[in-house]
Amino acid sequence: MTAIAPIRVLVAKVGLDGHDRGARVVARALRDGGMDVIYTGLHRTPGEVVAAALEEDVDVLGISLLSGAHMTLVPRILELLREARADDIAVVVGGVIPDEDVEALGALGVADVVLQDTPPDEVVRRVRAAVATRAR
Amino acid sequence: MFDADAVDRITRQRQEWEANELRQFVERQPESRDECRTLSGLPVQRVYTPEDVAETPFERIGFPGQYPFTRGPYPTMYRGRLWTMRQIAGYGTGEDTNKRFQYLIAQGQTGLSVDFDMPTLMGCDSDDPRSLGEVGREGVAIDTIEDVERLFEGIDLPSISVSMTINPTAWILLAMYVALAQSRGNDPNTLSGTVQADILKEYVAQKEWIFPIAPSMRLCRDMIVYAAEHMARYNPINISGYHISEAGATSVQEVAFTIADGIAYVDEVVRSGVEVDRFAPRLAFYFVSQADFFEEVAKFRAARRIWATVMKERFGAKKPESMRLRFHCQTAAATLTKAQPLNNVIRTAFQALAAVLGGCQSLHTNGLDEAYAIPSEQAMKLALRTQQIVADETRVPDVVDPLGGSWYVESLTNAFEAEVLAILRKVDEMGGTIKAIEAGWFQQQIADSAYETARRKGRGEHVVIGVNKYVEPTAATPVEVHTVDPDVERRQVERVRAVRARRDQARVAALMDRLAQEARDPSVNLMPTTIELVKARATMGEIVARLKDVWGTYVERPVF
Repeated sequence: MTAIAPIRVLVAKVGLDGHDRGARVVARALRDGGMDVIYTGLHRTPGEVVAAALEEDVDVLGISLLSGAHMTLVPRILELLREARADDIAVVVGGVIPDEDVEALGALGVADVVLQDTPPDEVVRRVRAAVATRAR
Repeated sequence: MFDADAVDRITRQRQEWEANELRQFVERQPESRDECRTLSGLPVQRVYTPEDVAETPFERIGFPGQYPFTRGPYPTMYRGRLWTMRQIAGYGTGEDTNKRFQYLIAQGQTGLSVDFDMPTLMGCDSDDPRSLGEVGREGVAIDTIEDVERLFEGIDLPSISVSMTINPTAWILLAMYVALAQSRGNDPNTLSGTVQADILKEYVAQKEWIFPIAPSMRLCRDMIVYAAEHMARYNPINISGYHISEAGATSVQEVAFTIADGIAYVDEVVRSGVEVDRFAPRLAFYFVSQADFFEEVAKFRAARRIWATVMKERFGAKKPESMRLRFHCQTAAATLTKAQPLNNVIRTAFQALAAVLGGCQSLHTNGLDEAYAIPSEQAMKLALRTQQIVADETRVPDVVDPLGGSWYVESLTNAFEAEVLAILRKVDEMGGTIKAIEAGWFQQQIADSAYETARRKGRGEHVVIGVNKYVEPTAATPVEVHTVDPDVERRQVERVRAVRARRDQARVAALMDRLAQEARDPSVNLMPTTIELVKARATMGEIVARLKDVWGTYVERPVF
């Protein structure tokens, strides 16, 4: 891997939840951190998100959820990624996620869960770390 | 406001104080910061004097209940009647939320406020594939009028005001509410309450939209006009800054964008030929109460003055009721933290006090578990008790606008107003609110402020106790958290399917055709046909789907 290839990230909002403040702050922080960022916009289905991640050939898929539906929607996305043999894409989840679900998501294969009030610089570091772990 | 000689005397005294006491003191002990600003970025002085308000005519401050309503919409404010304590609630099925309502009423709550689940907010039935995992989770699930009947079982509608937080599908909920009242023999003119129905802030901030802007504005107009004719005590729209703030806007932006939205609604209704004084008295507002205590008090006072001026001068309103801004207030959820959750009780109490000093008409105080889940019963009770303590122990409600006349608060009110007016001029230059939304201007402004706030928090300049100062090691969740009953979704899905199976299909189909036909003619009011449809047991999802065929859907160009 050459040092200059920027990390490619798809930031996605899934489900009916419209709270996109966090997703847009994260998208901008990652862009300012030197990554190529694509933002899906709202109300995407798991299928649409996975198709977009494949088409854009991303390293990281960031999924933002504040609706509480993460334990329904995130496993579905992971499953679709596996079916597409694209589980090398690091999945990072952000939003309002209870502690026990943070652990559960990790066990399912989510690379990291970034909770509210995580400073922009730390988000950038953790996304880089998630990619580095996957690349090994 | 003061005579020139008196101000000159004060200026001389201030200069002496600066040259002597102040200079000597600062030499020994410098101030911790060179410059202070409000949360919105307005500069703040060390101390204020009558000089700072010398240019303000007393008429711009005036008396409560009198134009320009700076000091409050009513002459006696809380001495006459306290603000309505209105804790929002909603989860599970109609029966589940009804139980929470009964509990809150028993605890002394004086108004109801309904939160709906995401599928209801977005016009999907509970058995729609897009609803999977979301039914009854963040609010109550409503598919048909039968769910609304269960929601208000045993609650006498004319004797309590009911606020419904719903937007793109608001007109269907309003139709269900009217239909329920009529089935109980209540005249809609006896109903009091509010439907949020503010679609413009959805495109800008909260992002619950379905249809394109033009037909969505027409639905708002239909509700406003219907209420003007049939619901004398009802607020058919709640023009909302709260979500604009939660999406990241400053308080100045919150008020400016909200007033800009209000102007667009008045334009829309006036354009359809309804005289402004026929409907303007029932327009209601909704603002956040943020963390900057004095800026928030000044904000509420400035918002009232700006709206009064807009209604009188821009729209030529004649009735004072058309000019007086009434608002619901909610403390700022985005200020609440997952770390050290008990701190949230304190934050909420200060924000509630600012709302009361600013003259709100109703108030929701957030639960301390806001950053975990929707509130538990315990958290809601404590939040309600916070309001009751402000009301009954602090004695703050005994005097109207007690901060009026504070040189600082009056000066900040003026500065706040000037900033808002500058933004409103800019919106006019862009061709008005809808043009500015279509251009993504409000959205970009909010995104910029949100990003700036996140960076300032990250750098520690914007202090959040427990998050970037006085941080403690993470402890296990010390709050009781609301859990979702996993069986709700299945029950609600069965229920909507059962209703669909047993209704008069031919009647529903005929009414649907009529609705589609009326939707193509923007001069028709869609409320009457929608009321008939919900009585015939049409589901919300069916009504929305039919209108999507006619109107299409909104396509957002996301900015970040």
